[in-house]
Amino acid sequence: MADEVRSSSHHLNSRERHALRPKQETALLANAVNMLVGVTSSGDGEFHPPTIMEFFPPAILFEGTPFELNRIMLVRLIAVAAMLVLFWLGTRKMTIIPGRGQSIVEMLLDFIRINVAEELLGKKDGKRFVPILATIFFMILAMNITGVIPFLNIAGTSVIGVPVVLAIVSYVVFIYAGVKKNGGNFFKLALFPSGVPKAFYILITPIEFLSTFILRPVTLTLRLLMNMVAGHILLVLCFSATWFFFVNADGLMALFGVPTLAFGLIFTLFEILVAVLQAYIFTLLTAVYIQLAISEEH
Amino acid sequence: MEPTNLAELSGNIATVGYGLAAIGPGIGIGIVVGKTIESIARQPELSGKLQVTMWLGIAFTEALALIGLATYFIFTA
Repeated sequence: MADEVRSSSHHLNSRERHALRPKQETALLANAVNMLVGVTSSGDGEFHPPTIMEFFPPAILFEGTPFELNRIMLVRLIAVAAMLVLFWLGTRKMTIIPGRGQSIVEMLLDFIRINVAEELLGKKDGKRFVPILATIFFMILAMNITGVIPFLNIAGTSVIGVPVVLAIVSYVVFIYAGVKKNGGNFFKLALFPSGVPKAFYILITPIEFLSTFILRPVTLTLRLLMNMVAGHILLVLCFSATWFFFVNADGLMALFGVPTLAFGLIFTLFEILVAVLQAYIFTLLTAVYIQLAISEEH
Repeated sequence: MEPTNLAELSGNIATVGYGLAAIGPGIGIGIVVGKTIESIARQPELSGKLQVTMWLGIAFTEALALIGLATYFIFTA
């Protein structure tokens, strides 16, 4: 019954589409937008909201081996390659008076060195941790920004692998920093903060353990991953709705495609902001964790 | 006589859960940003430092909402 209704409305809709020429053009436009976003909408006249399977595309190369490559892995490799090429181009011919490329690269690196490392860790410790902070920042930035680049269209960080690896790196780094500075005392200082009556350690130690050694890496991972997942799903939702309204909806319903397209474009801009911001926040939090680990001598 | 359904809801209750999980962080981020704006209005020369602290505050507050989003995928998988 429902199928009958659907097929008859679909029939009507396709007849209407042939009757109206301008509409075909909008359909073409929607098609172009759709190709940009990489939404696979099967043409059965129904709206398919994006699902979590967006993030588990079929394998492209080496299927069945441990080196199986899917679209997201390829996007990650492209992002890394692009980052390497950009930095190579920017630092190829270093001069005292920097050219345009060199000054952009210097500006980006200075941002991490001055605004993150030196501001939070001070000049001496800042210098030690600048390489790892810069690596984390630029790796996340490169992999986040692919979410809005046409034809790539998915963030390399939107599957848990990359965020988890980066969170583990950050975890190891701040524990290393603490142990190097205070030795075994680091764990004592972290778990048994001074200035607290002895009896309260029953309450405080488990909470400190949970928040420092378990929740820190978990929230680092989830914050990055979920921001990217939610961003991608919102974009897919906007653009697949636009496709649906322009191509499959009949009559005036097609007008609803205009606001969804506009929302999609606005969200694309918002996603650029989120990509930069998440890279910055991840780096900032890593720096803060290192700062807390090396300043604990109360 | 057949019972008639006047209103029917289908789907997963987890979607409502995310809505609930977003309330607290929403208010929290509002407070964080609002207070930062207040402080910057009082002492514009400290705006750089205040903004860094604001982003940290937002990151911690926002984590709750994102955990709410993650539970949807965990419990519907």
